[in-house]
Amino acid sequence: MKEVSLTKEKKLAIYRSMVLCRMFEERVNSLFLQGRMPGTIHQAQGQEASAVGVCQALQEHDMITSTHRPHEHAVARGIPVKNLMAELFAKKTGCCGGKGGSMHIGDAALGMLPAIAIVGGGIPLATGYALSFQYLKKPNIVACFFGDGASNIGSFHEAINMAAIWDLPVVFICENNKYGASTAIDQVMKVKRVSDRAAAYGIPGKTVDGNDVEIVYQAMQEAAARAREGKGPTLLELETYRLAGHSRSDPGHYRSKEEVAEWKKRDPIARFETTCLVEGFLTDNLIRTIRSSVEQELNEAVAFAEASPSPLPEECLTDVFVE
Amino acid sequence: MSSLNERVSRSDPEGRKMTIVEALREALQEEMRRDERVILLGEDIGVQGGFGGAFTVTLGLAEEFGRRRVIDTPITEAGIAGVATGAALGGLRPVADVQYGDFLFLAMDQLANHAAKLRYMSGGKLRVPMVMRAPVGATTRGAQHAQSLEAFFMHVPGLKVACPSNPYDAKGLLKTAIRLDDPVIFFEHKLLYGSKGSRKEAGGLEIFGTVPQEEYLIPFGQARVLRQGPDVTLVANLLMVHKSMQAAQNLAEAGIEAEVIDVRTLAPFDWPTLFESVSQTGKLVIVEEDNLTGGWGAEVAARTADTCIGYLQAPIRRVAAPDTPVPFAPIMENFYVPSVERIVATVTELM
Repeated sequence: MKEVSLTKEKKLAIYRSMVLCRMFEERVNSLFLQGRMPGTIHQAQGQEASAVGVCQALQEHDMITSTHRPHEHAVARGIPVKNLMAELFAKKTGCCGGKGGSMHIGDAALGMLPAIAIVGGGIPLATGYALSFQYLKKPNIVACFFGDGASNIGSFHEAINMAAIWDLPVVFICENNKYGASTAIDQVMKVKRVSDRAAAYGIPGKTVDGNDVEIVYQAMQEAAARAREGKGPTLLELETYRLAGHSRSDPGHYRSKEEVAEWKKRDPIARFETTCLVEGFLTDNLIRTIRSSVEQELNEAVAFAEASPSPLPEECLTDVFVE
Repeated sequence: MSSLNERVSRSDPEGRKMTIVEALREALQEEMRRDERVILLGEDIGVQGGFGGAFTVTLGLAEEFGRRRVIDTPITEAGIAGVATGAALGGLRPVADVQYGDFLFLAMDQLANHAAKLRYMSGGKLRVPMVMRAPVGATTRGAQHAQSLEAFFMHVPGLKVACPSNPYDAKGLLKTAIRLDDPVIFFEHKLLYGSKGSRKEAGGLEIFGTVPQEEYLIPFGQARVLRQGPDVTLVANLLMVHKSMQAAQNLAEAGIEAEVIDVRTLAPFDWPTLFESVSQTGKLVIVEEDNLTGGWGAEVAARTADTCIGYLQAPIRRVAAPDTPVPFAPIMENFYVPSVERIVATVTELM
């Protein structure tokens, strides 16, 4: 892969976004453990290079679709953290007015459909959205996130096939974090790589290091450019690892300590931080400044969420239909 | 079965006679001419030299609107439903179809989990203006091309359900469905399509209805009282409307005057019209082609009992299919599908 040449400003934006993703997840985890949020959560610590590398390659009116593990996608896409936090707190000021929750966060006006928590269910929706872009002659693309587990479900096949035959402006992004809940992907997939499946649809398939944000960004730029030029979809597999459990109740006993330790060494934030420090524009001082500004943003988000009103119980009756 | 046609005709003597297939096609054509965002998605709907869909409804539309707007899909029902939903979110107004309603089960996740819920999950920010057309009804094709599925979809909050019985309603309701900003499941009965198309159905009714020249829309949630009568209320949809009308004629010969209501849409349901009728007649017989258990008639019975208990002079009865798959042998299928005779017998028993 050729070297990416990103400006310092872009690299700092990427770095801050990754830090915000991670610290958002850590804050949410701690709020959950304190019992301050209802529901369940599926966290993505360790997958920041994927969320941020992809979203940083998008334009304003592009759209992303997400999964039951959507927090980092939403943060990376730029949905205001306070509205995400408020949604997790089940407040009226949440991005879905308290009707979505962790698994459905999103805001289409800001480039993210409500996350789809049926595994693979978002892939046909992303394809349909891409059809609307193509039909309306818009210059935009859809970035469709899903996990390795989703690549075994029928909607993956049906939707990618349709996107391929119609050259739709969509990039299918498989975040291969090695496990569908507790089941290792190599137990449920005979081919080596999810991207091998692209051959079945006659589209490019590529597997890259999903914990290297510059590589992800570069791969996404190429796939996005292809989609924007009307050349159709790409299946982009990002090899990554979730450092958290599948959901908040999962201690992860199905993974060896050695495996987790190995992947911790490949922490995408630490790696990118080192790269930036070596390049010289990032300093320990700047890291402290960035972390403290992210901390501040999260403090404000939590304060906003906690101070926000709950929806009225009977508001559950509205928003079923437009008319 | 002429009384329904006559009744529709009387409402507009200047109209033209056409089949449901022609009325549906005209609705699609008018809405596509009116709004560039309306597109069609389905299997075999636009292929040159093809069928115009399984029942010829889209025949000729690809010639007028091009393959860009009349989009032939692979055999991919989950894909069709999901892509239609996604395209609707993106600002189009897709009208998708499956060749047989039974195939909706393949699309159930997209319809029930996504199309129906995205507006709600988004806190009211999203709109899903899509229509899914689906032919239903038993027509000697055996168990997997025959089911009546309305109740499944009536049960899902967020979906609207239409089920027209005649060309006038089919056109007016389909045009409304396309303009609604909510997802609509639009059921059509295979035996009501009419015989003018190339796919004449054995046992199909010769349903010609009068359709006005000028444009009209029919709102959802308005049932139609097709026949007035003080003795019993018959409520039905699709093919069962015609059987109920025939039964009402036969009953009239025995001195029993039935009121017949065509529900036209199941979601929303026109409860006031039904309750008004039952409060006058005091007796209700629900006629549906679905299996008895959990059919839409069960909901109608429960609601009517809840609201009209003080007016009821007899138990609410349902004439429905038995709780079996749809059989193939015509002799068994005839037994399975509610008949005029069963409706007459059920009503007579209540008197």
